[in-house]
Amino acid sequence: MELERHEYDVVVVGAGGAGLRAAIAAHEQGARTAVVCKSLLGKAHTVMAEGGIAAAMANLYPEDNWRVHFRDTMRGGKMLNHWRMAQLHAQEAPDRVRELEDWGALFDRTPDGLISQRDFGGHRYARLAHVGDRTGLELIRTLQQRTVALGIDVFMECTITRLLTDDEGVTGAFGYWRESGRFVAWQAPSVVLATGGIGKSYKVTSNSWEYTGDGHSLALQAGATLVNMEFVQFHPTGMVWPPSVRGILVTESVRGDGGVLRNSAGNRFMFDYIPDFFRKETAETEDEADRWYEDKKNNRRPPELLPRDEVARAINSEVKAGRGSPHGGVFLDIASRRSPEYIRKRLPSMYHQFKELAEVDITADPMEVGPTCHYVMGGVEVDPDTEASRVPGLFAAGEVAGGMHGSNRLGGNSLSDLLVFGRRAGLAAAEHAVKRSGAVALAEADLVEAARAALAPFEREGGENPYTVQHDLQQTMHDLVGIIRTAPEMEQALARIAELQERVATLSVEGHRQYNPGWHLALDLPHMLLVSECIARAALAREESRGGHTRDDFPATDAGWARTNLICSRAPDGSVALARQPLPEMPAELAEIFEETA
Amino acid sequence: MTATAPRGTGAVVPGSGNGMPPPRRAAITARTLRADRWWLQPLVTVGVLVLFIAYSTFRAFQNAHYYAEPYISPFYSPCITTRCEGDSFPEFVTGPAWISPAIYILVLPLGIRLTCYYYRKAYYRSFWLAPPACAVAEPHRRYTGETRLPLLGQNVHRYFLYAALVFNVILFYEAIRGFRDESGEWGHMGLGTLVLLVNAVLLFLYSVSCHSCRHIVGGRLNHFSRHPLRYRAWTLVSRLNARHMQYAWASLFTVAFADFYVFLLATDTISDLRFF
Amino acid sequence: MSYDARFRVWRGDASGGDLQDFTVAVHEGEVVLDVVHRLQATQAGDLAVRWNCKAGKCGSCSAEINGRPRLMCMTRMSTFGEDETVTVTPLRGFPVIRDLVTDVSFNYDKAAQVPAFTPRPRDPDGNHRMQQVDVERSQEFRKCIECWLCQDTCHVIRDHEENKAAFAGPRFLIRLAELDMHPLDVVDRRDAAQDSFGLGYCNITKCCSEVCPEGIHLTDNGIIPLKERVVDRRFDPLTWLGSRIGRRRGDPGQGPSPK
Repeated sequence: MELERHEYDVVVVGAGGAGLRAAIAAHEQGARTAVVCKSLLGKAHTVMAEGGIAAAMANLYPEDNWRVHFRDTMRGGKMLNHWRMAQLHAQEAPDRVRELEDWGALFDRTPDGLISQRDFGGHRYARLAHVGDRTGLELIRTLQQRTVALGIDVFMECTITRLLTDDEGVTGAFGYWRESGRFVAWQAPSVVLATGGIGKSYKVTSNSWEYTGDGHSLALQAGATLVNMEFVQFHPTGMVWPPSVRGILVTESVRGDGGVLRNSAGNRFMFDYIPDFFRKETAETEDEADRWYEDKKNNRRPPELLPRDEVARAINSEVKAGRGSPHGGVFLDIASRRSPEYIRKRLPSMYHQFKELAEVDITADPMEVGPTCHYVMGGVEVDPDTEASRVPGLFAAGEVAGGMHGSNRLGGNSLSDLLVFGRRAGLAAAEHAVKRSGAVALAEADLVEAARAALAPFEREGGENPYTVQHDLQQTMHDLVGIIRTAPEMEQALARIAELQERVATLSVEGHRQYNPGWHLALDLPHMLLVSECIARAALAREESRGGHTRDDFPATDAGWARTNLICSRAPDGSVALARQPLPEMPAELAEIFEETA
Repeated sequence: MTATAPRGTGAVVPGSGNGMPPPRRAAITARTLRADRWWLQPLVTVGVLVLFIAYSTFRAFQNAHYYAEPYISPFYSPCITTRCEGDSFPEFVTGPAWISPAIYILVLPLGIRLTCYYYRKAYYRSFWLAPPACAVAEPHRRYTGETRLPLLGQNVHRYFLYAALVFNVILFYEAIRGFRDESGEWGHMGLGTLVLLVNAVLLFLYSVSCHSCRHIVGGRLNHFSRHPLRYRAWTLVSRLNARHMQYAWASLFTVAFADFYVFLLATDTISDLRFF
Repeated sequence: MSYDARFRVWRGDASGGDLQDFTVAVHEGEVVLDVVHRLQATQAGDLAVRWNCKAGKCGSCSAEINGRPRLMCMTRMSTFGEDETVTVTPLRGFPVIRDLVTDVSFNYDKAAQVPAFTPRPRDPDGNHRMQQVDVERSQEFRKCIECWLCQDTCHVIRDHEENKAAFAGPRFLIRLAELDMHPLDVVDRRDAAQDSFGLGYCNITKCCSEVCPEGIHLTDNGIIPLKERVVDRRFDPLTWLGSRIGRRRGDPGQGPSPK
């Protein structure tokens, strides 16, 4: 068998914010580090993040500090977050942001010359370090340039199909070059997964093709566990028209900078959807909400800036009640509230996006928006301090890791998550590699088996087209495991996923191995199906509504479920096993924070 | 302007001088797949510039009909001969009388336009076809750009700017002298005064909107906040710079027109329209 | 609302290929990339195309549409007549891998050669202080999504493969400009711009600015200012003299001394 082989201390899978930050940290520890990514360097989905990086730097509000950020994060996640991750995240984010400036990032400034911070849903103070509405691009470019400057090896357009393990833990990874279809194996005692999310299993999504959940699936197959998989965030504002761009993100900054949501009757309906949990900190009248933009100390936040799950559900209800916009969304209006110059200055990418793709001038007309699958809170269950999974040598950071965001993620917390836990994962991976160096070897039989499995779709003839299977899966998840869920629908979804799994086992691919998208999709589909199954199983089991999981048949939160996580693992027979696990106990000094300000 | 490039050397595909795609590029032999009229713009540029060059060369060598009381053609200002009444320079400065003074004068405006960042684009594209239009292959076997002489000399643009600014002052001076009547009394204005004034303004805008000017007034700074005045100047010049191309063409037309107007007056073809 | 469009798509690899004709359905509001995806899903399952965000933010789906370098995801079908044949080819300035996918490693090699950002020390309180007006020029260049359309269209290397060694292309000239104007950076890259990255090859014919999907003014705001900065350093005796004399109070960007 023709096989290219490499040897490293740390292999990082994924070149988004978390992957690159992990690679930089591992390299700086002296580890021989490689980054493997499916796309070209700098194209990762992190570029889609628009709003900013949440960090309690207190550049605009001296009252802000990590405790407030911690509290906001936990409350946004409906207290299901791993407290230790939320704590580390809030404490370390400011340093991670400042560090980016040492690597060339240029954030927008305050009049004092410090990093400017903007308001976002669920954050008590203006806290998001940003560059216009292209903060993700700035983050990825900065980390990319740092990676290149350090001379870290990057394997671009290369897909990992399997993690290799022995009884002691990780030994490496196996994959193929997308360009040539040739196989590659990396021997490494530490692997950091930073593969992002799962959105491509849904029909309407802000995620790109890369978000197949392959990292979740690889971890599960290697013996790691997944936590909180039932929590999928639907971003309230995605484009709805024209159909070809349905799902593309409309940044929350539109609302942070003064945009409001209206239904077809022109009403700011969000005032009707303020949950008790947030009533104390939310404005009751439009006047108060409008005053807040100017005077944040004496007024409460507009309800448009409630956490994403609340806003997405409200939009969903308005549309269902027949008060939606012509194309099945609601109106997001900033044109009537801010000057064209202000809009173009603050939201240049949004202006461009609507102008180019929908022929809408957002400085003159309202946008039509609706919920879009955006982020999965669930992911690999990791140790908060080291991001180590249950498999020794396997680490996970960023969206592929779970626990940090609980049942719902606040906007802006993902970019800071990438930096804080990317770094921690890189450090721990490098440390683990030192302990295990020289001890790992790749088993030939595993390599042969991995290659055979990858080539299987070429062996079969007359089978189904992978694009059809993907389409059916996306439709299933959209219809049956979407924003609002019920038990019968999810049971139906599980049955359909089982059927799709059989169809995937028999599909066939035309052409040859060189840059063949049909083959690539055929290899991605098992990952998508496995992750979809985890989501559906966990969602069926959690009989309550919380954050990114809303049950029509169990509309309230439940005190018992408030203390319970659902853990997915791979049963010996290959099926997905689900287990309940108590939430880790928060220490008293942190629990106090909620009493102080509640 | 530079000599016209060798045209019609044959369709050449991207990446090589020999008609074959370089190794490993997509084997597409068409010189371009553009279906729009990409050749129109370079053609128009060539047409207009050739007309201007022909006219200005003729007028520069004509050495006559450049003065009609109280106006002087911009091609011949400042007046360094005895042919303008009241203005005279000793002959040793102007050289032999049979050499047209316009030759000395036009060298400098020619210099600023030849080295101008906008005109370079215009003539590299339209005359030299490097490239004739975006994504249309150029016909040259080799290309070294502005890395060696004589094109390395484009870097002296800012010195032509300094010289042009001196001429801008002179042209304003001459335009203001257009407020005198034939006998030298102030308080007159004719169409010629307006023509000279508009020409002086546009030529001035062309000079200050230039990229070198933008660099000199503030572009070279890295900390605008420490130099608020220069930052304001830079902001202003930047705004003008965005219209540098328009000023370049507009001033080219007005300078030719101003000269032509004086020519018409000097040859008594028409008489000046007098406002007061 | 829907119609059948005629498409000509280049298919092949480094050993050869040609334009193949397709008839494919087009629906309202679609972009060229949607149509290419429909070809993949219905008629040519192995049609190779690189793409990611499909929102003009990642710069992956660069190709040449009717001979013009464009992002497929940002080229609306409504810009073509229904009877017009749409021709899609890979970028012609780079080696082809397969179908619409090209080998853009040239750009990554050049990126690795750019002298890295090197900041001045932080203020005593751990912050870097910069004014908004000081960061705005470099911010414009940091909008770059690295779609490589400027690199593809630049005739210096598109039409002259042999110049690739000496010329880094518009993307990296504005990267140098970005660093040279960066208020924190202390490295002088002007000599490198001229000697190692081939600034002198640029004849400012502005095709890079024309194709930039982000609307970056590469030439006016990046390359020409960089050329002027090189003139300060190399070709202008007055500035050189001035920088010698006024070195103490000169702006960091001004003299030949390290900024």
